[in-house]
Amino acid sequence: MSLESLAPLLLVLPLAGFLLTAMIGRRLGKAAHWIPVLFIFAVWVIAMGLVFNVLGGTAPLLEGTEETHGYVIRLFEWIPAGQFVVEVGILIDPLTAALLIVVTTIGLLVHVYSIGYMSHDPGYWRFFAYLNLFMFSMLLLVLSDSWLVVFVAWELVGLSSYLLIGFWFRKRSAALAAKKAFIVNRVGDVGFALGIMAIFVNTVAAGHPTLNIRESIELLLGNGDGNPIPLFVVALLVFAGAMGKSAQFPLHVWLPDAMEGPTPVSALIHAATMVNAGVYLVARANPLFASAPDAMVIVAAIGIFTAILAASIAMTQTDIKRVLAYSTLSQLGYMFAALGVGAFTAAIFHLMTHGFFKGLLFLGSGSVIHAVHDEQDMRKMGGLRKKIPITYVTMLIGSIAIAGIPPLAGFFSKDEILGEAFKFGFYWVWGIGLFVAMLTAFYMFRLMGLTFWGTFRGPQAVWDKIHESPLVMTGPLMLLAIPSVFLGMALGLPLGDSTLSHWLESTFAESEHLLDLPHGDYALLGIDGGLILASVAAAAMGLALAWRLFGVEIGGIRLGAQPERVRELSAKVPFLYRASLNKWWFDELNHLLFIRIGGKVADALFWFDRNVVDGTVNGIGRTTIQAGRGLRQVQTGRVQNYALGIAVGLLVMAGSYLILAGSR
Amino acid sequence: MSDSLDAYLILAGLLFAIGSFGFLARRNAISMLMSIELMLNAVNLSIIAFGAFIPELAARGAIIALMVMAVAAAEATVGLAIVIAIYRNKKTPLVDEYDAMRQ
Repeated sequence: MSLESLAPLLLVLPLAGFLLTAMIGRRLGKAAHWIPVLFIFAVWVIAMGLVFNVLGGTAPLLEGTEETHGYVIRLFEWIPAGQFVVEVGILIDPLTAALLIVVTTIGLLVHVYSIGYMSHDPGYWRFFAYLNLFMFSMLLLVLSDSWLVVFVAWELVGLSSYLLIGFWFRKRSAALAAKKAFIVNRVGDVGFALGIMAIFVNTVAAGHPTLNIRESIELLLGNGDGNPIPLFVVALLVFAGAMGKSAQFPLHVWLPDAMEGPTPVSALIHAATMVNAGVYLVARANPLFASAPDAMVIVAAIGIFTAILAASIAMTQTDIKRVLAYSTLSQLGYMFAALGVGAFTAAIFHLMTHGFFKGLLFLGSGSVIHAVHDEQDMRKMGGLRKKIPITYVTMLIGSIAIAGIPPLAGFFSKDEILGEAFKFGFYWVWGIGLFVAMLTAFYMFRLMGLTFWGTFRGPQAVWDKIHESPLVMTGPLMLLAIPSVFLGMALGLPLGDSTLSHWLESTFAESEHLLDLPHGDYALLGIDGGLILASVAAAAMGLALAWRLFGVEIGGIRLGAQPERVRELSAKVPFLYRASLNKWWFDELNHLLFIRIGGKVADALFWFDRNVVDGTVNGIGRTTIQAGRGLRQVQTGRVQNYALGIAVGLLVMAGSYLILAGSR
Repeated sequence: MSDSLDAYLILAGLLFAIGSFGFLARRNAISMLMSIELMLNAVNLSIIAFGAFIPELAARGAIIALMVMAVAAAEATVGLAIVIAIYRNKKTPLVDEYDAMRQ
């Protein structure tokens, strides 16, 4: 049996896991994790086999390409309606393979971690059922080769995200956050849905209606200027969907609130996989964007703006998970900036490395929260280094990785984004990105300083009971720390001609050709070396600043925290400090725009509806009733009256017939 | 036997007029049914007269008249049955007191 025939299992197993656990999970009690975890393990094994074949080049060549290896598996015809046919199929090309690595690996580790993290929760089985539903949706999203199925998966991941954010739905804030995430995502989804329709309309104009992703993109490019809906509009509509799912400004408001969900969920869905769906979507549709360079500039601008906005907010948040949430926003912003400047490979590179180290950081923060008895406020932590050493070391690795210190994973991917932005002539993206790199190092080591170094600031009773998490939780942390250290080197070396760029070469070749990007030789001693130095220097500056202000205790380096200096500094820039603390008042702005002003508009419309529309309808009804009441008098109920009517009618008809016949 | 069609038609018209007057003027359900019979017979008479005087019709007029008689018999049966059923409920043969549908 070939590996290819096992590919549908990637979808069947998680779905079966969800259904089984949903049906019999309650009875399994504390053993409810066995089905989902084993199924996801099987998925991971199959996925790794497929990925190995696709990236290793032993998979067959894709139809119509010369060097792209991959699998296309037709499953069934979903909607056969004349010209409009939607087929459900699996496409595993190098891009999907890259996503599969992230989704299945982190998915598996988060499943294992949840065994420990959720062990005391009464909704244990429900949690695992939802997790498997999410895995099914996410895998469907990356595997599907049809826009419509991608859209269905898009909504399904939204649904599972909603279910998991609101997992503790008795908590009001969690229920509200789930609702917020769902509604804000809808805004972007409208754009995505319109984008799919626009793509279909354009393929109709090309004479071959299809919703297949690869075919439709080729047709749209073939149309050139003959598309009824310009590619610029199509690209922006698709990007609108990506903005919602990947929480880009101004639809970024849902992601920080999504931290109300259990921490494994934050790690899996809101850091490593689902929020990357937008990046995947844009990368998947890359030729569309490449043929509309104006749209790419908008993507880059929104990306880099989100990056700096979120980084500035992350600097002052006190909730450990919120810092990480804003950090995720900021890193996603980087990815979109990379997509926007045309550095597609760098975006996927950062997606992969970020998935691993941010997953690690979130799971680590979960371990911290577990240790200090569900406390999330970093002001009540400190000095945890001695009590939970494994969590400490792994989170330190994650922090160094995200800060962009060589040779850990984040350095390679972030440097590639910044370097390419500079080389492709987007100096403003590079400049802002460099500044954000500094902020990134700063807020991550502020988090480390507040959490692990210095002295404990919470109650003594809590301190005495702090203990390291069980192996089932620290295991995934240690396993995630490995790619956080080595993934950058594995994929990013040799510089300028990296492994990953070979893997994805064929996926992005067309776009790079369309964009006509400069392809200079890699100069480690020239411009590229300089760019590396610049980004490392920025990271080092942020790191040093955080050490000075919030303390550090690594080996020989020991500095105390200086809370009074922090207060002084923040008092010097009161506006910036307040803006950062209040998240630039975006929640308030939305409240004003959509609840206050939008509410007034809705009230006016409601008045119009009630008085004018309902008035007309009710008026017609009332007139009819009145007319009936009046005409009822005619009906006497006496047989003779009716008979008289019949006789008179007969006379009239006979008489008029005679008159007409006589006059002829 | 007069050999004029008009005389038969006038007689039929008179019979029909008497029948319709009876149907309109009488309140008693039985009388009304009898009036209906009268009208049907008037029509029968006119049909037979046409049949006798117009050669193209041949025997068809008589056949139609037979059918009308059969229908009239059936109608009288059903009509009387209904009237008796209502009479048992209402204890009156007067149709202007049959007003249950009005309320």
